[in-house]
Amino acid sequence: MFYREAGDFHTTYTSDSQTFPIKFDRYRYYVILVIAFLVVPFIINDYWANAILLPFLIYAIAAIGLNILTGYCGQVSLGTGGFMAVGAYACYKLMTAFPDVSMFIHVILAGAITAVVGVLFGLPSLRIKGFYLAVATLAAQFFLLWLFNKVPWFYNYSASGQINAPEREVFGILITGASAPAWATYLFCLIFCFASAIVARNLTRGTVGRKWMAIRDMDIAAEIIGVNPLRAKLSAFAVSSFFVGISGALFFSIYLGAVEVGEAFSIQKSFLVLFMVIVGGLGSIFGSFAGAAFLVLLPVALKVLGVDMLGWPTDIVAHFQLVIVGALIIFFLIVEPHGLAQLWRLAKEKLRLWPFPH
Amino acid sequence: MLDTSEGYTTADGRKIGGVVMEMKNITLRFGGVKAITDISFDIREGEIRAIIGPNGAGKSSMLNVMSGFYVPQEGEVWFHGKPRPPLKPYEVARQGIARTFQNIALFEGMSVLDNVMTGRLTQMKTGLLAQSIWKGRAEKEETENREIAEKVIDFLEIQAIRKTPVSRLPYGLKKRVELARALAAEPKLLLLDEPMAGMNVEEKEDMSRFILDVNDEFGTTIALIEHDMGVVMDLSDRVVVMDYGKKIGDGTPDEVRNNQEVIDAYLGVEHD
Repeated sequence: MFYREAGDFHTTYTSDSQTFPIKFDRYRYYVILVIAFLVVPFIINDYWANAILLPFLIYAIAAIGLNILTGYCGQVSLGTGGFMAVGAYACYKLMTAFPDVSMFIHVILAGAITAVVGVLFGLPSLRIKGFYLAVATLAAQFFLLWLFNKVPWFYNYSASGQINAPEREVFGILITGASAPAWATYLFCLIFCFASAIVARNLTRGTVGRKWMAIRDMDIAAEIIGVNPLRAKLSAFAVSSFFVGISGALFFSIYLGAVEVGEAFSIQKSFLVLFMVIVGGLGSIFGSFAGAAFLVLLPVALKVLGVDMLGWPTDIVAHFQLVIVGALIIFFLIVEPHGLAQLWRLAKEKLRLWPFPH
Repeated sequence: MLDTSEGYTTADGRKIGGVVMEMKNITLRFGGVKAITDISFDIREGEIRAIIGPNGAGKSSMLNVMSGFYVPQEGEVWFHGKPRPPLKPYEVARQGIARTFQNIALFEGMSVLDNVMTGRLTQMKTGLLAQSIWKGRAEKEETENREIAEKVIDFLEIQAIRKTPVSRLPYGLKKRVELARALAAEPKLLLLDEPMAGMNVEEKEDMSRFILDVNDEFGTTIALIEHDMGVVMDLSDRVVVMDYGKKIGDGTPDEVRNNQEVIDAYLGVEHD
């Protein structure tokens, strides 16, 4: 009834291959953009920014990055936390070394540096696949964390071994540090999240995306039709690490402000982002958002329910959170292995015919 | 035997041109097993060349040598009048050789259209940066190549399923989509590994018609492996017969049919 494509004709290949070929989808997308950019900044407060919106946006970028590598190119990675750390430390070094350069450039450069590191650790993927590659990326995770702990140059020889984001302004508005207004930090992350999603979508619908998916689905056939597996896999590692690096830079500079590498970017972080991708849906940009929203919102929702409404002790709720999140992930893997994105696709297929399915 | 040194005219009046690919004394070994022993033959422009033989004769190995997947221990593959150095399979694809597989090798997670578009990959050149911006060069290139892909989709009559994920298609259609992917590359030489394996009579007739149409309309040179003798004799201009890795016959379907060695290989010889 509300959702239909009848009468929605495409007369050019360009209009047929756009991101939202169905009018209803397209308008909903515009409405969401308008709300995100023009409404939310005016009503946001510190709690909403720090508890929900900032982590959602930043994890969504990381999930998009991992989804490109794992969902589109089929290369399993457990090194996401390590690569986020590279982005964070690169951003820190750039911020302290060039205080006058815009934060936009620092964050993008941090992504680029992470891309180079990602390609280096992606080299084994040419020889090994599946579980063995996962173990190799796990090595990257531990090596990178060890490196940032052991070499004082990375944390500018500070006594605590932590890195602290100095206060920086964009267009005269403070965006890092404790006194930065919530709407400014939100908008800064939103811009990066929006741009990442657009770029990821453009890459995955075109030539590069087809090369990645060909490698994922059948690497021998991909090679026979002219895909260079070396370049395809390494480009996936580069693009993926670029996004993960950006999210790491934002996570450190905008969201946390101060980072101790072993805590913020541990193996837990790698698993968290991997769960987002799996729960959201492998090989889907929308799925990355859905997965990030799910795993960011769920603990908050459980806390509101348990502590504020039922009045249970905080520590019991915190333990329940772990149990329930874990159970839900298992439930999802069994019921819908293709994640929330697939549920959404099925719902749309049903809606297309609703209320007359025959 | 038909003299083919300068090209020839087929029974149905098509002109066959010069040599496209020539196999010179190919020998391929896997450890101690000789899969192919000292085989030579050529493929000429515009012809349909069949390779036949009993199971385990080395036909698929031969096709893998032609598509660069195996590198023979002895002998050379000449392509367009030059010996071809050992290349990676993707480099061979860029020279204009496309192939299909005996067991379908489609990309199951992608739609039919995306699968056919992967056939255009060797022709699409825009880099990562232009791709990520999309508007402009990448979009233009996508549209141009989509037109060619759509022509192939039209030609093979798979328009209705172009947005369907390949994993949902039945076997016969998958075979056709695989042919579409190979054709989308506009190959100079098309290698088909048992294009009709596992099909019923109607599907075989459809596929034969498509193969003849491809050859006729695009002038594509085709080399194919097939078990169905009726199909091979009807389709092909010249036939190579292999048995135990050796070439035992080469010529027009009629010549091969009357070759004593070939009859022995297929029907067996009486031992006394």
